Amino acid sequence: MLTVWAILIDGLIYASWLFLVAAGLTVIYGVMRILNMAHGSLYALGAYAAASALGWYYNGVGDQLWIALAMIAACAVMIGALAGVIMERGVLRLMYGRDEVLMLIVTFAMLLILEDVMKLIWGTTPYFAYQPYAAMGRFNIGVLTVSGYQLMVVGVSVVVGLALWFWLERTKIGKILRSIIHDREVSEAMGVNVRRMFTITFMIGAALGAIAGGVTAPIISVVPGVGVEVIVVAFAVVVTGGLGSITGAAIGALIVGLARAVSIHTMPELELFIVYAVMASVLIFRPHGLFGQAVARKI
Amino acid sequence: MALQKSEIMLVVAAAVITLLSFAVPDWLAFTTTLAIASAMVVLGVVMLMRAGLVSFGQGLYYCIGGYAVGMGGRFLGITDALVLIGMGVAVTVALAMLLGLLLTRYREIFFAMLTLAFSMILYGILVKSQNLGSTDGFGVGNWTLLWFDPEGGKGSKTVLWLATAVGLAVALFLNRYFGSAIGLACEAIRENEVRVEYMGMSRRQILYINYVIAAAIGSIGGSLTSLAAGHVDPTMAYWTISGEFVFIALLGGTGHVAASFIAAMIFIMVRTYAVELFPNSWQLILGTVLLLIILFLPKGIWSLFTRKRRVAS
Repeated sequence: MLTVWAILIDGLIYASWLFLVAAGLTVIYGVMRILNMAHGSLYALGAYAAASALGWYYNGVGDQLWIALAMIAACAVMIGALAGVIMERGVLRLMYGRDEVLMLIVTFAMLLILEDVMKLIWGTTPYFAYQPYAAMGRFNIGVLTVSGYQLMVVGVSVVVGLALWFWLERTKIGKILRSIIHDREVSEAMGVNVRRMFTITFMIGAALGAIAGGVTAPIISVVPGVGVEVIVVAFAVVVTGGLGSITGAAIGALIVGLARAVSIHTMPELELFIVYAVMASVLIFRPHGLFGQAVARKI
Repeated sequence: MALQKSEIMLVVAAAVITLLSFAVPDWLAFTTTLAIASAMVVLGVVMLMRAGLVSFGQGLYYCIGGYAVGMGGRFLGITDALVLIGMGVAVTVALAMLLGLLLTRYREIFFAMLTLAFSMILYGILVKSQNLGSTDGFGVGNWTLLWFDPEGGKGSKTVLWLATAVGLAVALFLNRYFGSAIGLACEAIRENEVRVEYMGMSRRQILYINYVIAAAIGSIGGSLTSLAAGHVDPTMAYWTISGEFVFIALLGGTGHVAASFIAAMIFIMVRTYAVELFPNSWQLILGTVLLLIILFLPKGIWSLFTRKRRVAS
């Protein structure tokens, strides 16, 4: 019984982290049909920004928890949106209209560039920003102990998910975006400035990736290469749920998160590839993911 | 079966490499071997690209080929290089025939991501395998070649000759393959796969055969790499390695088999120097060049040669 609770709670924590990481990826794909391989680098950017800001703050400026958390959010959003604008305006804009799979290679090139740019800025020594994690203590849930910070990540993930849902379903921009998803040319004919919408979408997607990184920074040691590891898992989640669907990303995150928790508690040696096993088995039966839409073949 | 003009060029190039191998220093021979070996994996990527598919997981077969050589020598006591390479190919073909059943149903990013996932599964398994050295991998034992016993087992000249011979055979085979019915059908699938079906061909069957051959060639490349380097480790299956193969494939282009060899040589030479001179900005250069190729040279460096020829005629 204890194991079941542990699996559920670990699974939920991991799933909410997965959703944070995957949300930006799926938003960008849904609107722009670009699978952004550099998403992991945006995650790493957010993590680095948050870690160095926290390092500066706790190094004599103050030690208020809520200021630290606000700094994580602010830094991540700012650096993510900034990198997003540069990437979209500087590179992707030149490539629109090419094959989806070529765009994959373009974003792979951006990943390579960003990885080294981060090494040039932050060096190769690890950054630690454990203070918020330590400050939030641990809670007892029944017989299990859970860290407060990780519970907060679950909360952040729910808030981000709801905000995205509200943005896409209840605001004017969301409605315009959905019209672009539905038919890009017709919405352009109706006077939608598709290019501007693309910039906005990419900025938001990039900022989401950076937020995921910023939130994770206090839990991990920020070293070069963190993003490269993250991106594959994020792909697995969004592909499982169906590319471009927020609901799909949430469900995919839950499935993958629980599957990983089950494997950690019962068969730890499978932990590394359970994520891919889930993805492959979903795709065998539903080639476009659980919530993906099949596209008509062109003749 | 008379040789075509470009095939004669390939044979001449192989002969020149063999002759030069007596004159060049060991490090250059080693670099050339690595380039030929990588070029073979790249040719697998190119084969898939001709059918409109991009594989971010060709490292899977590269790694299997490498580990087959290492494990064959370590656990089975086999030392003959050709037998070891053959073992890698056998395992690869068996696995590719299985995965191909699934992968041929997918296109574009789904194909790319699934191939990536499969190679990451192998990476995960290898990292967890303690008796295979986990993340450190293990050394490849001494090997022999037919009746030869190359000095110390890792004689860089012998492995270069072996790589040249195998590379030539693969290049000649693929040159014919690209012009064969099935090779041309792959290009047709890239253009419009529904029409290929209208012509009475099975696109799944074509893609399946193409995928399995591409995997086998990738495995040979991995085997040669491990024979030359004398060491294997799980990063061979990591997805960024597969990304490098995609990079070389785009650099060379799908115009001709020779393009992959030239591109691999350029890549490995540049990497050798760049890693030493700018250890922290090698990927930066790589990414920038990749973007420039996509923007200005979408058919790879091979299009430079054909373009010039068109002007001359």
